[in-house]
Amino acid sequence: MARLLPKKDAVIIGLGWTGAILAQQLTEAGLDVVAIERGPWRDTATDFNIGYMQDELRYAIRKDLFLNPVLEAMTMRNRPDQTALPMRDYGSFLPGHGVGGAGVHWNGKTWRFWESDFQIHTHLTRRYGADKIRGLQLQDWGVTWDEIEPSFDAFEYLCGISGKAGNIKGALQPGGNPFESPRAREYPNPPLKTGYPPMLFDKVARELGYHPFPQPTANLSRPYVNPLGIAMGECTYCGFCERFGCANYSKASAQTTILPVLMAKPNFEARTECEVLKVNLTADGKAAKSVTYVDARGVEYEQPGEMVLICAYSLMNVRMMLLSGIGTQYDPATGKGNVGRNYCYQTSCGARLFLEGKHLNPFIASGGMGRTIDDFNGDGFDHSHLNFVGGAGISCDPSNGRPIGYRPTPPGTPRWGAGWKKGTVEGYQNAMNIGAQGSSYPVRENYLDLDPTYSDRHGRPLLRITFSFPDNDVAMSHYMSDQLEKIAKAFNPKSYSVARIQKDWNSVPYQSTHNTGGAIMGENPRTSAVNKYLQSWDVPNVFVIGASAFAHNAGMNPTGTVGALAFWAAKAITEKYINHPGALVHA
Amino acid sequence: MPQDATRTWSRRRLLASVAALPILAATADGRNISGELPWSPFAGDPPRPVNPLGWYFFTAGEAATVEAIVDRLIPADELSPGGRDSGCAVYIDRQLAGSFGKGDRLYWKGPFLPGLPTQGYQGNMPPVARYRLGLRALGDYVNRTYGKDFVKLTAGQQDAVLKGLDEGTIALKLAPGFDSKAFFELLLQNTMEGFFADPLYGGNRGMASWKMLGFPGTRYDYRDHIDKYNQPYPLGPVSIYSPMES
Amino acid sequence: MRGIVAGILLLIGTPAFAATPIEEGRYQAVLGDCAGCHGKDLAGGVVLQTPFGRLVTPNITPDRQTGIGGYSSADFRAAMKTGYARGKPLYPAMPYVNYARMPDRDVDALFAYLKSVRPVRHAVNVNQLRFPYNWRFLMRLWNLVFFHTRAPAPSNHGAAWMRGEYLVNGPGHCGTCHTGKNLFGADSGPALGGALLQGWFAPDLGGDHVTGLGGWQASDVVAYLKTGRNGHSIASGPMAEAVENSTTAMTDNDLEAIAVYLKELPPPAARASQSPGDVEQMKRGASLYRVNCSACHGLDAKGEGPLVPPLTGNAVVNQAGADTLVRLVLAGSQAAGTKWAPTRPAMPSLAWRLNDKQVADVLTYVRGNWGNRAEPVAPGTVGDIRAALQGGR
Repeated sequence: MARLLPKKDAVIIGLGWTGAILAQQLTEAGLDVVAIERGPWRDTATDFNIGYMQDELRYAIRKDLFLNPVLEAMTMRNRPDQTALPMRDYGSFLPGHGVGGAGVHWNGKTWRFWESDFQIHTHLTRRYGADKIRGLQLQDWGVTWDEIEPSFDAFEYLCGISGKAGNIKGALQPGGNPFESPRAREYPNPPLKTGYPPMLFDKVARELGYHPFPQPTANLSRPYVNPLGIAMGECTYCGFCERFGCANYSKASAQTTILPVLMAKPNFEARTECEVLKVNLTADGKAAKSVTYVDARGVEYEQPGEMVLICAYSLMNVRMMLLSGIGTQYDPATGKGNVGRNYCYQTSCGARLFLEGKHLNPFIASGGMGRTIDDFNGDGFDHSHLNFVGGAGISCDPSNGRPIGYRPTPPGTPRWGAGWKKGTVEGYQNAMNIGAQGSSYPVRENYLDLDPTYSDRHGRPLLRITFSFPDNDVAMSHYMSDQLEKIAKAFNPKSYSVARIQKDWNSVPYQSTHNTGGAIMGENPRTSAVNKYLQSWDVPNVFVIGASAFAHNAGMNPTGTVGALAFWAAKAITEKYINHPGALVHA
Repeated sequence: MPQDATRTWSRRRLLASVAALPILAATADGRNISGELPWSPFAGDPPRPVNPLGWYFFTAGEAATVEAIVDRLIPADELSPGGRDSGCAVYIDRQLAGSFGKGDRLYWKGPFLPGLPTQGYQGNMPPVARYRLGLRALGDYVNRTYGKDFVKLTAGQQDAVLKGLDEGTIALKLAPGFDSKAFFELLLQNTMEGFFADPLYGGNRGMASWKMLGFPGTRYDYRDHIDKYNQPYPLGPVSIYSPMES
Repeated sequence: MRGIVAGILLLIGTPAFAATPIEEGRYQAVLGDCAGCHGKDLAGGVVLQTPFGRLVTPNITPDRQTGIGGYSSADFRAAMKTGYARGKPLYPAMPYVNYARMPDRDVDALFAYLKSVRPVRHAVNVNQLRFPYNWRFLMRLWNLVFFHTRAPAPSNHGAAWMRGEYLVNGPGHCGTCHTGKNLFGADSGPALGGALLQGWFAPDLGGDHVTGLGGWQASDVVAYLKTGRNGHSIASGPMAEAVENSTTAMTDNDLEAIAVYLKELPPPAARASQSPGDVEQMKRGASLYRVNCSACHGLDAKGEGPLVPPLTGNAVVNQAGADTLVRLVLAGSQAAGTKWAPTRPAMPSLAWRLNDKQVADVLTYVRGNWGNRAEPVAPGTVGDIRAALQGGR
C-alpha cells in the first residue's frame, strides 16, 4: 500500500539535464517542484575528486557512473521476426545514472540541428520529390527554426559553450561553420585549444576544398559565469572526459550550471535513490494524478502532482509512457500507435591512419576539441545523383589516450605476444582517427515497445528495441567511408584502414549513446506522441522531454538540441500552460 | 549524515534539511535534499589499493597457470617487464574476488536462450564461473595433448595453445555461449586491463606500461603543453596513490 | 556619564528604517547572526566545541517550556547586555560582552522579532562543559575580571566609521573569532589580529598587506561580506556561515561602514619574512602542486576568475599558522553561497591520498613560492591536525 504524500505543482521524473532545466525554469515561475531520481546524489568535489577521477578501469571499463543493467536492462533484436534478448551488459550505448545523468560524463559536444532538420519532410520532398524518401518515416517536427533558436541560445549560454559562430543572422563568419543555420549571436566562449591531429586534419580538409571549423563544446575555454550567476572553470585538457565527471568545474552539467541555484530554493526538492514505477492516470486516462515510486528500502510512495514531466532519458521516457498507458503502443505491422515509433540511433564509421615518427600526445585532450567539416552533413550537399538522403559530420576529434581502451596498432600487429608491444608503442604516438557521425532516419520496422518475456527487479517489462540500420543509412555511411578514405589518403600516411558499417546493429561494442525517438514531437497526434511543446497529445498534464522527441536523428550529437527542447518546453509551460492548463495545441 | 564534531559553530546544513521538510520521516530512504547543496568534510569514495600478496580467488594451480598465460600474452622484453612481473595475474585474481568476478552489476534474469551474434553474451556464468571452467578445461586439454600442465610447456608450446584458443582451432569443452574464443578474449581483455590500469589494482607495477607508452598517468593539467605540437611530453607518469614524480 | 554613553549609543544604533519593530528586529538578528549559533530555526541544539568542553546553544524561540516564551523584555535585555539570563550567568560564548553595546531600542526590536518566530518545542541540555567550567557561578568572577563595558570610540571619526566600529565590536561580534583569546577565553592580543578557533584560523583583519586587509580596497571588503567572494578570497568554513546567515543580508550602507572601520585599523608590528623550504622540499612540493592543485588553482597560482581564488598574496596561505591550510587540503571545504555568488565551489578532500609529508611539502611550496613568504609546514604539524580532525581515524 503506497504512502500518499502532499501534492506538488510539478513532479519531475529524473534529475539529469532536462529534469534540471525544467526544475529551474518552473521553480523560477513559482511552482513547487519535486524531482525524483533513481540514482544517487552526485557532486563535483565529493564524487569527481581530482585525486581519483582519473581511474580508467573504474569509470571507463567498469562504468562506475553509468546505469547498471541489474537496475534496468533492455532487450534487443534487429528485426521484428527475431526474438529479442536482454543486453545483459550495456555495450553499444551506455545510459547514465544519478543526479546529472549522462550530462555528468558526456564529452560535451553541443550542436544545433539545422533548420532543414525541423522540417525535414517538407524540405526533402520539395528538393528531391516524394520518391526520394519513400520507405523512410521522416516527419516534420512541428516547430520551426525561428521558434526554437532562442532556446538553443539559452542552453548554450547556460553551459558556456566554447565555439565560433559560422552564421550570425545570415551573415557568414570566417572561422565558423558555413553550413549552420543562422544564429542570433556568437558563442559565449571562444573555441577550445586543440591538439596536433585536429590541426593536421584542418589543414588537409582545407586543401581538399572543405570547410573545417572548431567543434562547439561544453568544455570551457576560459573561466565563465553563466546567466544564473554560477561560476565555472577552464578546461585543462586532462583526457578524462567522456565516462568521467569533471573534477575542476570546467564541463557543463546540471551540477556545474544549475544545481547550486536550484538546490537553494525552498520550492524545490530533490529525492534521490527513489525509482518511479509508473505515472498514475485518472480513471478516464486523460490526466495524470500522481507517480508511484519506491525508495532505497523498497517502500512505496504515491506522489501526487498537478503535472508530471517525464525527463528520464529518451529510452526510459518511452518505457515510462508505455508502462503508464500514456499514448498507444505503435505497431509496425499496421503503422498505428503513437508511442514507440521513429526510434533512431547514430550511423557512424571511422578511419584510422598511422603517421610516422610523431608525438601526437593523445592523452592531452578535451571532450570536444576536434575539428569538423559539415560539407557532407544533412542535406548540405546535393543528393540528386545519390541513392540516399542524410549525411554525416566528419571530424578529427581525439578525446583521450587512456591505454586500456586506446591502443591503436598498425595493420599486421598481432594482438598479443612478441610483436604486440612494439606495434602498440609505435601506434600510440602515431595513430590518428577521423570519423563520420551520420544521421539516422526512421523506418517502419525500427521501433520500441515492451518486452513480452523479460522484466526488471520490480517485475515491470523491459523496453524492447527493434533496430537495424536502414538501407538508406547504410548507403549513406558507405559513402562517408569513401570520403574518409579520400581524406585519409591525403595525409600520405604510412598506413590506413577504413571501417564500413554492417546493416545488423551489433549491441556489443560501444558505438554511441545517441538513442532518439520513440515519443516524437509532431503536428499529428496519430503519428506523434507529443505536440510541438512536448506535451502529450493524450494526457495534457504530462510533458515528455528528451531526445525521445526527435522525429529523426541528424548527423550530430543530440545534447544541444535536447537542451533547446527543454528550454522550449519550459517556456511553453511557464508562459502558456500554467495559466491555462489543458491541451496547448488542438490538432 | 555523519556528525562532524569539528564543524562546531553550526549544524546549519543538517538543520536546514530537517527543518524544511516535515515529510522527511515519511520518505525516509534515499535522500531528500532541499535548500542546501550537500557537502561533508572528508566525503568521497576513493578506491582501495589491493593487497599485493597472496591469492584471493585462484587456487595455487590456477594462479600458476594464469601467471604463465599472462607472461605469454605480454612477454618480457626490452620495452617492459612481462605480464607476470607486471602483476597481471594478481590483478585478475583481485578482480575475480570482487564485484567484477560476481558480475554484480549485470542482468541475470532468465530465461537464458541462445542469441544472435548481435545480442551479446546470453549465458548464465559470471566471470568467476567462466574462469573456473575455462582453466579446468584448458588444463584437461593440455594434459591430454602434451601429457603435462600448461606451466610445464615450453614457451613455444604455450603460444601454440593460446593461438589455438584465439583462432578457435582448439575447441575446449565449455558452455553455451562461452567457447574457446570467448575464453581467450576474456583472458586477453583482463590481462590488458591489468597491464595498463592504475597500479592500485595490482597490475602495472611501477607504472611500467605507462612509462613504455609515454602515458603520463593521472595528470590533470596539460595547459602548458597543448600548444607544443609534436613535442614529447617531458614529465613522467603519476598514479592515484603515487601523486608526484618519484 | 551613562547619559552620554546612552546618547552616543542612540546615535550609532540602527537607524529606524523598517516599518515595524519586528522588521527592525529581524535585521538585528541578521547583524547579530543569531542563527549562526542558535540554528536556522533558532531552536538551539548547536554544539559549540570550546576549550572548556561542549556548550550547546539554547532554544530562543518563544516556546514557553523550552524556549524564551516566558521572558519579559527586561529579562531579554539583561541576558543580551549583562550576561545574566533571568539571574543565571551566561557563558561568554554568548557574546554579551559585544551585545552590551547595543542600544535598548535595538535589543527590544530583536526581542519582538524573536517572539514572532515559530515556537519550537526543543529542550536543550546547554551546559556540557567539563568540570569545573560547568559551575556557572564562576562566570560572576569572570565578568568581574574581564567584562568591561567598552568605552565608545572617540568622536572625531565620521559617521560611517562610527557605524562600522559599532557593528564590528557590537552586534557583529567579529572579535569573538578574529581576536585572540587568553586561557580564560577572554580577548587578548591585538584586537581583530587573528585567532585560532577549533582548527580554523580567523584571519587578521588589520592592515598587514598580505596576512590582513592591507591589499584589499574597501570595495573588496564589501564584496566579500555581501557575496562571499572577491578577487582575493572566497569565504569557507565558519566564515561561510557568517556570510550566508548574516553579512550577505546587511544593507550596503552597513557593509560600507564596516569596510571603512576595518580599513582604518592600524597594521600590527612588521613580521619577519620567512624563508621557503629547502630545495628538495620545494621540488617535491612543486611536483605535488602540479599533480593535485594546478588544475584548479593554476600553474601560476592565479586562480580561476570567480571560481577559484589566487594563492599568490593570499591571506589564508600566508597566515603564520598552517591550521586552516592543512584542514582545507585534508578535509576539503565548501565555499559560501549567496544570491550574488551561488556556486559554492568545493575543494576535494585529499586526506586519503597525501600523507603528512606530502601535505607538508605541497603547503611549504605554496607558502614559499610566487612571492609568498610564510614559514614551511612540518609533517608533524600535519599529523597533529589530521588526528584532531579525524578523531584518530
